[in-house]
Amino acid sequence: MTLFDLRLQEIHNRLSKKELSVTDLVGEAFAKISERDERVGAYLTLNEEGARAEAARLDNKLAGGEARGLLFGLPVGIKDNMVTEGLRTTCASQFLSNYDPIYDATAVAKLKQAEAVTIGKLNMDEFAMGGSNENSSFHPVRNPWDLNRVPGGSSGGSAAAVAAGEAYFTLGSDTGGSIRQPASYCGVVGLKPTYGLVSRYGLVAFASSLDQIGPITKNVEDSAYVLQAIAGHDHKDSTSANVDVPDYLAALTGDIKGLRIAVPKEYLEGVDPQVKASVMEALKVLEGMGAVWEEVSLPHTEYAVAAYYLLASSEASSNLSRFDGVRYGVRSDHAGNLLDLYLESRSQGFGPEVKRRIMLGTYALSSGYYDAYYLKAQKVRTLIKRDFDQTFEKYDVIIGPTAPTTAFQLGSQVDDPLTMYLNDILTIPVSLAGVPAISVPCGFADGLPVGLQIIGKAFDESSVLRVAHAFEAQTDHHKQRPAL
Amino acid sequence: MSTSKYETVIGLEVHVELHTKTKIFCGCSTEFGAPPNSHTCPVCLGHPGVLPVLNRQAVDYAMKAAMALNCEIGDVSKFDRKNYFYPDSPKAYQISQFDQPIGENGYIDIEVDGVTKRIGITRLHLEEDAGKLTHVDGGYASLVDFNRVGTPLVEIVSEPDLSSPEEARAYLEKLRAIMQYCDVSDVKMEEGSMRCDANISLRPQGQKEFGIRAELKNMNSFRGVVRGLEYEQYRQAEILDDGGQVVQETRRWDEAQGKTFSMRGKEEAHDYRYFPDPDLVKIHIDQDWKDRIRASIPELPDARKARYASEYGLPDYDAGVITSSKPLADLFESSLGYTKDAKAVSNWIMGDLLGYLNSSGLELAEVKLSGQGLGEMINLIEKGTISSKIAKTVFKEMLQSGKLPQQIVEEQGLVQISDEGAILAIVKEVVANNPASVQDYKAGKDKAIGFLVGQVMKQSKGKANPGLANKLLVEVLKD
Repeated sequence: MTLFDLRLQEIHNRLSKKELSVTDLVGEAFAKISERDERVGAYLTLNEEGARAEAARLDNKLAGGEARGLLFGLPVGIKDNMVTEGLRTTCASQFLSNYDPIYDATAVAKLKQAEAVTIGKLNMDEFAMGGSNENSSFHPVRNPWDLNRVPGGSSGGSAAAVAAGEAYFTLGSDTGGSIRQPASYCGVVGLKPTYGLVSRYGLVAFASSLDQIGPITKNVEDSAYVLQAIAGHDHKDSTSANVDVPDYLAALTGDIKGLRIAVPKEYLEGVDPQVKASVMEALKVLEGMGAVWEEVSLPHTEYAVAAYYLLASSEASSNLSRFDGVRYGVRSDHAGNLLDLYLESRSQGFGPEVKRRIMLGTYALSSGYYDAYYLKAQKVRTLIKRDFDQTFEKYDVIIGPTAPTTAFQLGSQVDDPLTMYLNDILTIPVSLAGVPAISVPCGFADGLPVGLQIIGKAFDESSVLRVAHAFEAQTDHHKQRPAL
Repeated sequence: MSTSKYETVIGLEVHVELHTKTKIFCGCSTEFGAPPNSHTCPVCLGHPGVLPVLNRQAVDYAMKAAMALNCEIGDVSKFDRKNYFYPDSPKAYQISQFDQPIGENGYIDIEVDGVTKRIGITRLHLEEDAGKLTHVDGGYASLVDFNRVGTPLVEIVSEPDLSSPEEARAYLEKLRAIMQYCDVSDVKMEEGSMRCDANISLRPQGQKEFGIRAELKNMNSFRGVVRGLEYEQYRQAEILDDGGQVVQETRRWDEAQGKTFSMRGKEEAHDYRYFPDPDLVKIHIDQDWKDRIRASIPELPDARKARYASEYGLPDYDAGVITSSKPLADLFESSLGYTKDAKAVSNWIMGDLLGYLNSSGLELAEVKLSGQGLGEMINLIEKGTISSKIAKTVFKEMLQSGKLPQQIVEEQGLVQISDEGAILAIVKEVVANNPASVQDYKAGKDKAIGFLVGQVMKQSKGKANPGLANKLLVEVLKD
C-alpha cells in the first residue's frame, strides 16, 4: 500500500496531526514518476520545481494551523489541454510545443484555490482527438496494466497517471468519451459531468458544444470531492449553467434501494462477451442492494457515432483555425507569403488525425453540404437527446458498459480510424445528450480492467455518484493495482 | 456613351461601430488611438481556451439602431461564426450573425431633389470588428494592432433600392443622422466608425432582371462613395455599350487614381462556412426588453424636420439641413431658449456657422458656440445694440472663445452708436472730406450715397447705426 492509497479524509487527518507533510505527498508523486513514467509516458511537462516550492509554502501554512480544504496539498496532474499560466501547455501537439499560457483555466484556478499542487501536464491525443493516446505528437502513453496496450484516450495520460500512482488525482476532458473510456481501460474512476456544470474557460476547445472537464480518481468518493471543487457557474463561460451545486458527498449514502435502472439493449450488442459478463455481474450486485433493472431501447444509438463525427469535426475545424502561426505556436520560418505561412505552419504543426478531422469538418460545413451533414447531424442529436429524456421519465439511471472491449494492443488500430471511432460507441450518445456519466471498475477480463458506465439525468451527478459509490462499496475492483 | 440607356441599381452594406465602453466579447476598452495592442487580453487575442462573453450594451445599441431603422426585432437572435483566415482576425473566424439577425425588414426615407423615396433595409446584424494591419518595409512585413478587434459593429444591409450615386449619398447621410440621434455611434467615415461597401449593377431601362453586379470596397468618405459609384456606373455602361458583359467581382476604389480595380473574382469568393457559435447562447428578447429600448429612442431626424416646419415655420430646405446633424439641430433648439426668431437662428446656422465649419474643416463639437450665445446675439441685433455687421465679429469671437455676446460687445466696445449728435458730427466730416462724391450725388448719381455711408461706418469703426447714418446723410446733403 502506497501513500496515495490512503483515503482523502485520512490524508487530511494525517496532515493535521503533522504525521504527513505536503512535501511527502509531492515527493511521492515525483518518486513514482521517476520510477515509472519512462515506461508509462503519462506526463508531457513536469512542474517539479514549482510543485516542491508550493509544497514548502503549504507546509508552512500547515504549521500555522490555518483552516484548509480537503484537497489541500494533494498532488494533481492536469490534462495538457487545460491552460496553466506560465506552465507549458501543448495539447500534445507540435503546433503548441513552445506555448506558455498567459492565464489559468477556471478549473485549474479553482484547484489552486483549493490548494491542490500541480505536478505536471498530462499526455493526451493531440487536441483531444483520439481514443488510444497514440495521436500524441510527442510519445504514446502505455496502459499500466499491460505496457503493450493503449490506456485509451484522449485523456490517456490522466487515467494512466492515476492508475500508476503518479498523481493523487487528475483532471481529464471528455468530448465523446475521453474521460470515461480511458478510465475504463485503466481501471480507475472517471466522471464526465453534465455539459455546463464545469467551466470550459481555459480548456482548449475541440468541440465546444460537447467538451467537459471532469475528475479521474481512484475511487468515487474522491471523484465527488474533486467535482465539488471544480463545479459551478463561471461568468467567463456563457455556456456554463447557472445552477446550485449540491453537496455531492452528502449523496454518497450507500442506499440505492428502489433505484430504477434502465439497461439499453443497444449497449450490449456487439460487446465483448467478457465485458458483457462483467456488466451483468455488476447489475446483479446492484439488484442485491435493492435496485431493479429493465432492458430498454435507445433507438437512435446507431446514428450517434456518425452524427458525432460530423458535429465535433465541424466545430473543431473552426476552433483550430486560430492555430495559424501568426501570434503563438509554431510558425514556418521559410514561408514566402501569407498563404504559405498558413499552409506550412499548419501542415507542420498538426498530426494526421487532427488534419483528418479538420478536413471532415470543413467539408461538412461547406456551402451546399451544410444541410445534408451539419444540420442533419444536429437533428439526430436532438433525437438522441429525446431517447434519453424519455428513458429518464421512468428510470433514475441508465447503465451499460463504458467501452465495447478492454484496452487493445498499441498500434493495432492505427491504420483503421473507423474501427477506432467505434470504441466510443457507448460513450458518444451520452455526450450528445449532454448528460453526466461515470465509469467505475467492474471487473477484469484477461487481466485487463472493465468499466461500468452509469448515466444520469442532466445535473443529477448526485444520483450517478450515489449509485457508483454504492456499487464500489460492494466490490474491490477499484482497489486492484497494476504490477509496475 | 451615355448612362441614360441604363437604370442603375445600388445596394449598400454599411458597418457602424457601436460606441460601447468595452468590447463586444471581453472587458477591454474600445478607446480609439491607444498605443498598439494595449487594449487586448487573452480573449480578444484569440488565445487557446478563451471564450466570448456577450456585452449586453452592444445588444441594446444594436436593437436601438434596428428599431430606429424601422426593423422588426425577432424574439430570438443568435451568433454564428464566419470562418476565414486573415492576420487581423485572431480566431480566424468572426463572430457575426447569419440567419437570426437583431433586426430585419426595415426602411428609411430619403429625399433627393425634393422627391422622397423609401429605401428598404434588409437586415441589421451585430458582429465583432477585426484588427488593423499596417504594411511596412515596402510590403515585406506587416504589423498588426489588435486594439480594434472585438469592437462591436452593426452591419446594415439595404435593399437594391438606390438608383443613383446621389441617392446613395442621401441614404448614407440619413443613416448617419439616425445613428447619431440614437447616440449609438460616432459615425465618422474618416475615422472608420462608419464604413460602406456597395453593390452596383446596370440594366437597360425597363428590364426587370438585375444586371451583373460588382461589389465596391475601400470608399472612405461620402465623396468617395459617390465618386466610386459614378466611376463604376460609367465603367459598366461602357462595357454594356460595347456589347460586353460585366464580370461579377469585388473591386477596390482607388481614391488617388479615381478608378476602381479588380480585387477578386466570383470564383475566388470565400465560403465562410457559417454555423452557430457553440460558445454563445441564444439571445431571447422579450417584450419588456423591446419596450425598454423603444422608449429610449429619441425624436428622429424626419420627425424633427416636420416639427421645425410646423412649429417654427422653417422652410423645408433649412429644416432638412439643420436636422441632418444632431449637434446642429440641438444647437438650433438650444438657441430658441433665448430668442424667438427661429428664422434668424436658422440663417446664422446655415450661413455663417456652416460656412465657418466648411472652411475651417472643424466639427461643431470643436467650436465653442453655445445656443445661449447665438440666441442672445440675435436679440442684441433686434434691440439695435449691435449691427448685423458687428454681429459677424461677435459671432466669430463666440466660435473661438465661447464668451457670451454681451461680454464681447462690452470688452471690445462694439455697442452700436445710435446717438444722432455723434453720428451727425461724423457725417459732416465725411461730407466735408469727400466733395467729389457729394458732387456726384447732387448730380443725381444716387449710388454715391452708398460710398458716403461706407465712409461714415469706417470713421465710426463700424459702430454707427447704418440706418441712422443714411438718414442723416440724406438730410445733410439736402441742405
